[in-house]
Amino acid sequence: MGSFEFLLDGIVRAFELIVTLNPYILSITGVSIKVSGTATLLAAMTAIPLAFALSFVQFRGRHAVITLVNTGMGLPPVFVGLFVFVMLVPAGPLGFLNRIFTPEAMIIAQYILITPIITGITLSAIKAVPEPIIETVYTLGGREKDVVLTTLLEARFGVITAVLAGLGRALAEVGAILIVGGNIAYTGSVGGIGEGLSYTRTLTTAITSETSKGDISTSIALGIILIAIYLFVNVAAGFFRRQD
Amino acid sequence: MKRFYIIVILILISLISGCLDSTPDNATEELRISTTSSTCDTGILDLLNKEFENANNAKILTVCQGTGKAIATGEMGAADVVFVHAPASELTAVEKGSFINRTYVMYNYFVIIGPGNDPAGIRATENAPEALGMIAGKEQPFISRGDDSGTHNKEKAIWMAANITPSGTWYQSVGKGMGDTIMTADIREAYTLSDRGTYLAMKDKTKLVILFETDKEYLFNPYHVMAVNPEKFPDVKYDMSMKYINFLTSTEVQAIIRDYGKDKFDEPLFTPALI
Amino acid sequence: MAELFRICNLTKTFAGKDVLKNINLRIYRGEIFALIGPSGTGKTTFLRILNLFEKPTNGIFEFDGKPVNGTPLEKNRIRQRSSLLFQTPAVFNLSVFDNVAYGLKVRGFDKSTVEKKVKEALGIVGLSGMETQKARTLSGGEAQRMAFARAIVYGPEVLLLDEPTANLDPYNVAKIEELIRHIRDKCGTTIVIATHNLPQVKRIADRVGVLLEGKLIEVNSVGGIFTSPGDARSAAFLKGEMVY
Repeated sequence: MGSFEFLLDGIVRAFELIVTLNPYILSITGVSIKVSGTATLLAAMTAIPLAFALSFVQFRGRHAVITLVNTGMGLPPVFVGLFVFVMLVPAGPLGFLNRIFTPEAMIIAQYILITPIITGITLSAIKAVPEPIIETVYTLGGREKDVVLTTLLEARFGVITAVLAGLGRALAEVGAILIVGGNIAYTGSVGGIGEGLSYTRTLTTAITSETSKGDISTSIALGIILIAIYLFVNVAAGFFRRQD
Repeated sequence: MKRFYIIVILILISLISGCLDSTPDNATEELRISTTSSTCDTGILDLLNKEFENANNAKILTVCQGTGKAIATGEMGAADVVFVHAPASELTAVEKGSFINRTYVMYNYFVIIGPGNDPAGIRATENAPEALGMIAGKEQPFISRGDDSGTHNKEKAIWMAANITPSGTWYQSVGKGMGDTIMTADIREAYTLSDRGTYLAMKDKTKLVILFETDKEYLFNPYHVMAVNPEKFPDVKYDMSMKYINFLTSTEVQAIIRDYGKDKFDEPLFTPALI
Repeated sequence: MAELFRICNLTKTFAGKDVLKNINLRIYRGEIFALIGPSGTGKTTFLRILNLFEKPTNGIFEFDGKPVNGTPLEKNRIRQRSSLLFQTPAVFNLSVFDNVAYGLKVRGFDKSTVEKKVKEALGIVGLSGMETQKARTLSGGEAQRMAFARAIVYGPEVLLLDEPTANLDPYNVAKIEELIRHIRDKCGTTIVIATHNLPQVKRIADRVGVLLEGKLIEVNSVGGIFTSPGDARSAAFLKGEMVY
């Protein structure tokens, strides 16, 4: 093989796979979007109210929670993966749920990973709302609930940016979902492109396994899709940042 | 502004609902197999599973890991059946009561692969411990799986037989599957131990060649299948596991194993245990 | 005339420093009261006390005949009847319409009333037809007029203005002054305006208080203070330090 020839071959084959809408590649993309999308959605539904509670409600342990959030923003994915794995495995405390090696297990892992991230970024978006805005709410006759609502409105682009940052992180993550999801595809796909479809195989975990099998062109195809989605999410985030 | 939120909420709902239909359809039963990377990477398991699915209206979920992890996964009840190649670890797990019905399915031989010019000169050696001894003696780069897999256990056993504790910059442990390990050895122009099947399946992707394979004693590589003990984990699909074990040992499937790879690699990757 | 504010021996201390010292003042319904003095003399703090953003350190503070003690409920009740306009208006990141409608929505007015009143208020301040424009894109003068509309739209009994024309061009200064007179003449709104623009005081105020280094050194009618100031220091301020 000549130098870089394999790379060129890989890229050509990758575009072939993408353009022909290869079902294996499509199903992997679908699982990635569903798992990360759902995890992001659930994380946002936790993180945004949590960030508001931390910003507006003085309660015991508030600082401890903020410290926890800040620590959680940098949690190593493999640690989260291991934690969720030992919890969900049938021999573990939550084994009765029978959810190990399922998309749900991956959603749980990613939820744990990105909830602190969305909370943290939302917290700073709320903090960035100027004090005069809040005083204006009060002077116009608003109550505490109006302050919260108006802050949400004023910080809305920051909050959306936070959610998209979480989504981006979830999509790019591999360590945790590889452990708890098992990188499973239905029969037919192992050993190369086949008719089998992904069950818990995502763009990132598939790149890992395809590369280790030496199937560089499939990896490149998956990589191109991953980067395209990631780029789209970041362009969207940039769009919302500019709205601010 | 309200419209903005309604749109956001609608998007969220559609995302969630899109997610709920991801569960596989209920008519077919699922069987979870925890297995080693060599059965996955060679593609043989895929072929066998498809046969099984068609015959039994089942859906097989395969988790491909090193043998050590594959056994651990079964021991924690996260699989119904395991298909692995590390006899010593298998027996320990069976003694602990984690698995039952351990059944011999097939075998092949490990091979020592390396750069074609064979700088350590292992081609001329008599047995596997001697071959690894040459590599260590000349401090030629050697890549170890380092993942407690069947292959890794075999490698450790050979080092022990050679009375060598490998150490030094020439000995590198990567902690990855067979495919990755071969790719790493290829880049480093290093020696490594591989099962024959995976090497053959990856032959056109690497410059490394088989340098040593004559030792039938040390390089023997048997594969066993065993069911997770239903007394330990009542939720496992024991009946389905037994069906799968009987399927693997049936004459027809043994014949498939015998022929697998003949057309693609000019030689079979595995030898069936029962015919 | 009925008293709206009664302030006796009021002192405000920040970090051990007296910002307001021993203030005694009555402000009557329907008057335009100008608070003058050099920058940093406590005018803003005084207005913030009137709108309950600061709590007096000492002294008596009565609103509409009742002592104010500053519970959240009472703060809201008083603010429902008044409005404070900042030197630089805090603009919600919403449309002009939604900004002006804010105080009405908080008070639970129905949709058609909100629309009618906002339209009317925008007409008064000369921003008709700009309802859908993003408020953040307004010029400084337009933003101040919008804030004025936002403050008067729900018909407050008292309007507290903190240097409302300090950063504006002559056209907008004249416009705001006209609005102040208009709202007082038409609705009987009490106006308290902090300013160091002496010609402006002459043009619009009924009575004047001179605040110097936290002390209210003189309270006089606008005619009286410019012709025969009762305190040597206010005379010096009126003659000497020039304005703008």
